[in-house]
Amino acid sequence: MPIVHEGLAKEFEYVTQEDERSMILEQIEAGDALMQQMAYSLITGDHNAVNELTQKALGEGREANDVLDEGLISGMAVVGVKFRDNIIFVPEVLIAARAMKAGMAHIDPILSASGVEPIGTAVFGTVKGDLHDIGKNLCIMMMRGAGFVVHDLGVDTKPDEFIEAADENGADLVMMSALLTTTMPNMGRTIAEFEDMGLRDEYKFMTGGAPVTQEFADDMGADGYGDNAISCVDKAKELIAVIRASG
Amino acid sequence: MTTTSHPSLLERLERGDTIISDGATGSYLQENGLEPGGCPEEFNVSHPEIVQTMAKRYFDAGAEMVLTNSFGGSKFMTKKYGYEDRVSEFNRLAAEHARSVAPPGAFVIGSVGPTGEFLEPLGPVSEKEMYDAFAEQITALAEGGADGVVIETMTAIEEATLAVKAAKDNTELVVMSTMVYDPGPRGYFTMMGITPEVGVKKLREAGADVVGTNCGNGIERMIEIARLMREVDDGYMLIHSNAGIPAIVDMEIVYPETPEFMADHFKTLHGLGINILGGCCGTGPDHIKALVSAIKG
Repeated sequence: MPIVHEGLAKEFEYVTQEDERSMILEQIEAGDALMQQMAYSLITGDHNAVNELTQKALGEGREANDVLDEGLISGMAVVGVKFRDNIIFVPEVLIAARAMKAGMAHIDPILSASGVEPIGTAVFGTVKGDLHDIGKNLCIMMMRGAGFVVHDLGVDTKPDEFIEAADENGADLVMMSALLTTTMPNMGRTIAEFEDMGLRDEYKFMTGGAPVTQEFADDMGADGYGDNAISCVDKAKELIAVIRASG
Repeated sequence: MTTTSHPSLLERLERGDTIISDGATGSYLQENGLEPGGCPEEFNVSHPEIVQTMAKRYFDAGAEMVLTNSFGGSKFMTKKYGYEDRVSEFNRLAAEHARSVAPPGAFVIGSVGPTGEFLEPLGPVSEKEMYDAFAEQITALAEGGADGVVIETMTAIEEATLAVKAAKDNTELVVMSTMVYDPGPRGYFTMMGITPEVGVKKLREAGADVVGTNCGNGIERMIEIARLMREVDDGYMLIHSNAGIPAIVDMEIVYPETPEFMADHFKTLHGLGINILGGCCGTGPDHIKALVSAIKG
């Protein structure tokens, strides 16, 4: 269904890049008016509405996967674009994420019971010696909002904790965050420890955090780098495509 | 403790003096034995001589004010290391260490960084809890002999203004507050969406004597931010600039801006009437030395 919800139509105007417009529009148009209401409620951070609408949508017999894609992921995609483009900031993203969580509380149990494969699985931690987690948490919200299963390893994550968690959870991606310049090199050291264990090629490695740059990520031998939460999700999807393509 | 023969910081500012501040603290401590991930404020207890020497090196370089080693000294930050019951001790010592090496007439400014927490409804912390935490930290800094505080690297205006109020309500200290602005597609904003213009206005309304920006940017962007702030406010301002954006060379972190490069641009900030000039991440005593000779000749 084309966009009929006025509020959502207005929100969608913030998405100006052609490729992003067509991708998000496809998700929205796959759904109906109720899904549009849900996406709009998520964007505006109305967690009570998302909670009720998700229950209603599932109660009316929609597939959990469809509700996730058409109602929640489409809305979160708009949130990501608005965040990257300085239209909204961390407070609004946190409120949208809370709404996302309210919807996921109903969808997650159904998806895990049905054994539907997520688009990818990641383990994500702030590296050893670094206690900052705002950036990591934002990225995790966006990743989950895009349909990834993300295992949050918290702050001060030692290399062996990354190695163990990646193995236990069958991760595709090992994602590392750092806020401090002094702890940034621990990303490279973590990758090196995977290498020492002969595990470098089992996973794709992503890095990010305020002081981290593409150049820095390259120097450390990372496979991907995200400048912000939305490019983190884009890069993660790219790497998943590479993994899937190579079988 | 201070002798009456020397003018106070506000008196210096009132008569139009430019005050040179200091450079980075965290990287200095790490070069001198602090483990990455270690608690910097605990060094005030276990390694007093290193903290004192750091302050002395900045004073020797020509800084007229130094920041105390107390950036993460609030209850919320020290809790991450299990030290939440030692806030008073850490902060009092931080101020005492800097004071112990301060030349007559020089100033000791208590550093107060963010709590790392979100206020309700975004996070779990109430305004009262946050206010109380800042009051506890800032009171201890005053007891240790600080002349003022700088509430710095702030991104949430609510948090910054609570800290300003806590300082004003509970102490006689000169209160400075600076936020960290990131360049984005629509200009400069803090992570929480505050522009330099709004930041300056709200901090001033909360009662800050000196407002400004620190961290996040090299000196050229600091000049851009200074212009934005000066468009809306002609009061006392402070800038603590990073030495650029760090790069990695042979697995070592390198900040690209040299003392000479920064000093040259500090002259522009001086020309914009920024009253207090100093460094943040990546700057050291050599940057301060160059800054002093550029401004004071």
